Amino acid sequence: MAGNLVQGAVFTVMVVRAGMLRDPEFQDELSRQIDRSPRFFQNAPVVLDLKGAEAFATAEEFAQAKELLRQYTLALVGVQNALPAQVEAAAGAGLASFAPNATNPSRRQAPAPEAQPAAAAPEPERQPSRPQTRLVTEPVRSGTQIYARGTDLVVTAAVSAGAELVADGNIHVYGTLRGRALAGARGDAGARIFCSRLEAELVSIAGRYLVSEQLPAEQRGFAVEIALVDEQLTITRN
Amino acid sequence: MAKVVAITSGKGGVGKTTTSAAVAAGLALRGHKTVVIDFDVGLRNLDLVMGCERRVVFDFINVINGDANLNQALIKDKRNDNLFIFPTSQTRDKDALKRDGVDRVLEELKQQFDYIICDSPAGIEHGAITALYFADAAIIVTNPEVSSVRDSDRIIGILASRSRRAERNEPPVELNLLLTRYDPGRVAKGEMLTVDDVLEILSIPLLGVIPESESVLRASNTGTPVTFDEDSPAGRAYLDAVARFLGEQREMRFVQPERRGFLKVLSAQLFLSGAPDQRIDCQGAAEDRAVA
Repeated sequence: MAGNLVQGAVFTVMVVRAGMLRDPEFQDELSRQIDRSPRFFQNAPVVLDLKGAEAFATAEEFAQAKELLRQYTLALVGVQNALPAQVEAAAGAGLASFAPNATNPSRRQAPAPEAQPAAAAPEPERQPSRPQTRLVTEPVRSGTQIYARGTDLVVTAAVSAGAELVADGNIHVYGTLRGRALAGARGDAGARIFCSRLEAELVSIAGRYLVSEQLPAEQRGFAVEIALVDEQLTITRN
Repeated sequence: MAKVVAITSGKGGVGKTTTSAAVAAGLALRGHKTVVIDFDVGLRNLDLVMGCERRVVFDFINVINGDANLNQALIKDKRNDNLFIFPTSQTRDKDALKRDGVDRVLEELKQQFDYIICDSPAGIEHGAITALYFADAAIIVTNPEVSSVRDSDRIIGILASRSRRAERNEPPVELNLLLTRYDPGRVAKGEMLTVDDVLEILSIPLLGVIPESESVLRASNTGTPVTFDEDSPAGRAYLDAVARFLGEQREMRFVQPERRGFLKVLSAQLFLSGAPDQRIDCQGAAEDRAVA
């Protein structure tokens, strides 16, 4: 996935169980709900949950479902829990396929995986699959270099002068940062550096850097967040 | 179970050899059979500081190479029966410290001694690494100034990553900070880092604070471990540190500027009446001698 071209975002999407569509009372119930809060339902996206609804098998049936929901100002955008044949049929009706195991909020199921449709990435992504955040709980001593490849680095102790933290993602230091911290080492300009106390020798994001004497005196010794804003390293007190 | 203790610092000239001699003598005074080994091959000094330079026949390297046995090389201290000195070679260099040879010698020493004190050379090269590699505990000798603190930090990192305990995933080397050449007067003037400054950066337990003292130089030059000098503030501070190393609780002394004349008497009274922030050196107080 080209990170620059495709951006992810999280959406809340209503899920309608396919079986309900054919329930005679469904349309009455639906219109009552929509009457109560018409704004909320205006053009709202809906995903059709096909669990236990093998009857839906042709593109035509999906097109009908789409049309039915359209009458109630709802936009059917995709299906979930679909069999391979159903995915294909739905695609024929212009519907996307959402992760088969995605939770169905309408059934108040397990809280475990929050609605994470495969098509919509959970947050602005750097990597298609991100390794686990690197966690360091011991003080990082002078002369030590830690590299969090392809991920974030979290240090819950002090980082000594002469130590170096490098991460492809963000760097968090819950302690005094006296050494160097280089976030977004592979060019991610969205990476940030956070520390409980800024005494750093050098901070860098995506190649832009500030050395110790360039750090504003009013930020030194404080908890700060460092980000790249308009190509400029910007330090804000937290 | 014998304990191997590395005396190390990274930086040179901070007092590693003085500390090795003082701690070894202190442990011996407390009745523990102790040997102190000089790892500074080619820059042999421990024998001078221990006052046995005229009795060296065989050395550490001879034993590593199998040219002499342990008992031929060990020198028994004339002042304390529990104390032995293991001098090193002045004619060789650090490459002579073969790791498996050192391991074998240390294992042999463990059969005879309670404490094996390893006086490390400065730096982070082969000699220093070998001196700390086998350590169970380390005493990090640091002066209250930034370059010494940074070098100590580096050494602590090496102990945590490159010691045998680290390589074998055993419990980590027990770390102790010893702050030496501490001059409370200069600290008060802001010319030296405070104990708290150093502790904040290094964040390891403080074993003791040794005041800058003329008696240290005198002890070195006369070949007497400073712990044998009961009248010396440094000697008493080292004995306190040894006591803490053995698990005892002792008040930190010598960290406040020394008072003069009647002021000293006055503050001593304050101390006796229990003012908590008066951690001063009460000269002549009986407790000072409790150790010996």
